[in-house]
Amino acid sequence: MTDDYEHYEAVVVGAGPGGAAAAATLARNGIETLVLERGVDAGSKNVSGGLLYAEESSPYTIDDLFPGFREEASDREVTEHYIHNIAGRNVKTFDLHDLHHHDTEWADSVLRRKMDSWLAREVHEMTRETGGGLLTEVRVNGLLREGAEIVGVTLDELDPIKADVIIGADGVNSELARDAGLMDWEEPDEWFQGVKAVAQMPEGAIEERFDVDEDEGVAHLFSGDLFENVRGGGFLYTNDQSLSIGTVFHLDSIADQRAEPQELLDNLLTHPLLADWIGDEYTELEYSAKLVPDSKKVAHPSPYRDRLLLVGDAAGQMQAQGPIIKGMNHAVTAGALAAEAFVDAKSRGDTSAAGERYVTKLENEGVMDKLRPTRYRTLGRLGEVGPVASAMNAVTDSVVGRTAISALGDRAESLFNSPFLMGMLPDTRMGYVTVPTVVAEQLGSPVEGESTVEPPELDDRIGDLTYDVDEGNPHIELRDNSFAASGTAVTACPVSAKDFGGGCYRDEYVGSNGTEEHVVSLDTQPCVECGTCAVVADTNWTHPRGGKGVEYEQG
Amino acid sequence: MHSVVLTKGVPDFREGQVSFDEDGHLERGKTPTVMNPNDRHALRAALQTKVRKGGTVSLMSMGPPGYMEVLQEGMRDVYADDLYLLSDREMGAADTWATAMTVATGIQKLDDPPDLVFAGFKTADGETGHTGPQTEWCLDMPLVTHVISLDIDDDEGVLRAKRLVEGDVEEIETVEAPLPAFVVADPEFEPTYRKAEHRLKHKDLREQTRERAAEFGEYLDDDSDLDVAEYDRFTMWDHTALNLDPDFIGLDGSPTIVAGVDPIPKAPSEREATMVDPDDEGAMERVVDELAPYAAGD
Ligand SMILES: Cc1cc2nc3c(=O)[nH]c(=O)nc-3n(C[C@H](O)[C@H](O)[C@H](O)COP(=O)(O)OP(=O)(O)OC[C@H]3O[C@@H](n4cnc5c(N)ncnc54)[C@H](O)[C@@H]3O)c2cc1C
Ligand code: SF4
Repeated sequence: MTDDYEHYEAVVVGAGPGGAAAAATLARNGIETLVLERGVDAGSKNVSGGLLYAEESSPYTIDDLFPGFREEASDREVTEHYIHNIAGRNVKTFDLHDLHHHDTEWADSVLRRKMDSWLAREVHEMTRETGGGLLTEVRVNGLLREGAEIVGVTLDELDPIKADVIIGADGVNSELARDAGLMDWEEPDEWFQGVKAVAQMPEGAIEERFDVDEDEGVAHLFSGDLFENVRGGGFLYTNDQSLSIGTVFHLDSIADQRAEPQELLDNLLTHPLLADWIGDEYTELEYSAKLVPDSKKVAHPSPYRDRLLLVGDAAGQMQAQGPIIKGMNHAVTAGALAAEAFVDAKSRGDTSAAGERYVTKLENEGVMDKLRPTRYRTLGRLGEVGPVASAMNAVTDSVVGRTAISALGDRAESLFNSPFLMGMLPDTRMGYVTVPTVVAEQLGSPVEGESTVEPPELDDRIGDLTYDVDEGNPHIELRDNSFAASGTAVTACPVSAKDFGGGCYRDEYVGSNGTEEHVVSLDTQPCVECGTCAVVADTNWTHPRGGKGVEYEQG
Repeated sequence: MHSVVLTKGVPDFREGQVSFDEDGHLERGKTPTVMNPNDRHALRAALQTKVRKGGTVSLMSMGPPGYMEVLQEGMRDVYADDLYLLSDREMGAADTWATAMTVATGIQKLDDPPDLVFAGFKTADGETGHTGPQTEWCLDMPLVTHVISLDIDDDEGVLRAKRLVEGDVEEIETVEAPLPAFVVADPEFEPTYRKAEHRLKHKDLREQTRERAAEFGEYLDDDSDLDVAEYDRFTMWDHTALNLDPDFIGLDGSPTIVAGVDPIPKAPSEREATMVDPDDEGAMERVVDELAPYAAGD
């Protein structure tokens, strides 16, 4: 029976930047490559903030692999980058020029539906010539094994497929990584949760309000007390005709503080600092969310098993360089390196050595050190240990700390611009909340004006999304419906909220035999497949079948 | 593997497209003509065969020149390769028998005799379901109707199909028939592509046929000076080309006598209604009293 299975030299799972880079590199080397993507279109499942970096030190950037990328698939070249430290109305802005330009060839804003679907068309053409191609609406649901060895993939829509190499580029919450035992979804502190709104802009408004040329863009970051002590920050990037405004928070912080992600996003949208940029009419084109791995903690040092090589988010290769988020670029580099490793291994007649070669390349090209900086491993982590963290926090917020920050004055700006410092910032409240708040209070000045932005309610946000619901076939099941085990999802799920009946998670009290139990129930219909409840609740979590579920138009 | 799919244009009965006059008669002139919806299932079955086994799919119809648009639709949406229209005045007003005669002759005239002929189950306008089987009778091929899944074994030269017995979804039988054969696809027909290779080929075909359909569309454009007779994937045959005696086709060749057409009357409303003010408590109580016997199951 096994002999009947289709075979391709390479199977790439996922058509995000990691998968696209791998597939292009494989195809260029004449490897017969099949790319499998679960969305109706590449990009229809994907979310990013949208600042794609091409690093000078990187062996591969996306425009190396796809000439024409910047003309066709990205939005604006972002040349200015600021961070705003916020305390109430007080704002102190630092120019992140040096950090932004450090090791940067270019940085473009992108929207993922546009970007990934363009990439997918290119990839299909390239891979088709090798006898493979790219298919959408097919979901890989596991690994095909012979004995204990991984030899291919199994799918919902197709018969199993064997391959000499499987590139797992299936993003965060990779089912392949989980199946191979390379990643688990247990610890909230290993993940960030990103939530984003795309706001429509009238023609010419971006140029006028941000004072940029037609093809130029700006990036703004926000931190301080506007996020109710939840650790993380906000961003605003200019696209061609829209703004991407979002937040990225540590998932453990969202979970522990029972924060409502959509409300934190609204805090940003309605801050007076953004009023002039957004303008009087706020038109939200799309609300979206997704988990983001924290490479400092989860970048797998040896992301392969047998013929399976993980790249990008699937391998945890998502770097938070202080406030700057770099995931797409690393996915591209890793994808190309994994492909290269297979090509090398094949040319030496031993395809089974691809995994080892890939790890060596990640090390030699300096990728691993960006993802898991040695200095963070020692200094940063120390700062996260409970008593140390709260002591540091208290110092910053004390008279001593405040005096020090005042004395620093605008020299504080240069500290924010140090890639070295930003790489070792501990993940504590200090970095995200206390320092920015104190900076804003001591050095900032109040913003004038009021915001007139009225963000849509959650049910409107859900109502505006496109879904193809897989009736009677929910992709997530609650394993333990007690509030103690799964209640965090009621608030942490970006499309659920306490006392909101139209979301995925709800809590209720049910009485039986005179006792009252606090339980949660789940309806996957409005699910945006962000992955949050895979970590914070006790579930059997999978992605929907090919083509089913949410379909992002912007991403 | 050569498949021929028979299709017919029908009024577009979809909401917003169809228009009726005051007496409830269909206004043909104002209602666009589209491919008979059930014929899509036939085309899909033929396409599945082509994707899995290679070969070509020809789409054939008998009708007025306006049906060229219907053929184009079949090319664009369900990836037909070659289009045939059997058309002239003599063929007009044919019943199912005269149509079957004409279409069977068209099929026999093809240079590449088909291995499979497909028809959809019933047309949306006539609803007889006769044309397919009658054509098959003229061609003298084995007939398999109500097909919901299909597999071709070209080594053995047979088809294996699952079909609904008596059109009943509860009862499914598996049948085998030698090729060439005539297949009537049931609306329940579902093509399956469980191999990546097949899906990739399907994707290639979509690209190719979309381009072809657009090309054909340029010939059909009213403003174009291209001559549709020049388009190499389209063939139009009249009764002389088919060598058919006008007495045996069209209205003259149609033995069916329509005894009369009874409009289906609208059901007269026989129920009485009483308006109730929801704010009037007494009235609401009366409603509850009235409903009580029903609730009790009486
Ligand atoms: C709010 C937010 C802001 C961000 N901001 C930035 C930023 O500014 N800059 C930056 O560089 N990065 C940013 N990121 C991170 C970035 O989006 C990711 O690191 C990047 O997308 C990872 O790329 P990838 O190719 O590994 O995975 P993805 O882009 O997630 O692609 C995975 C693909 O695999 C498909 N797939 C998944 N499972 C299956 C399956 N079982 N079968 C078939 N297909 C499957 C998915 O549909 C998807 O197309 C942000 C993320 C978020 C959520
Ligand atoms: S149900 Fe889970 S995966 Fe879906 S949106 Fe909510 S938290 Fe995310």
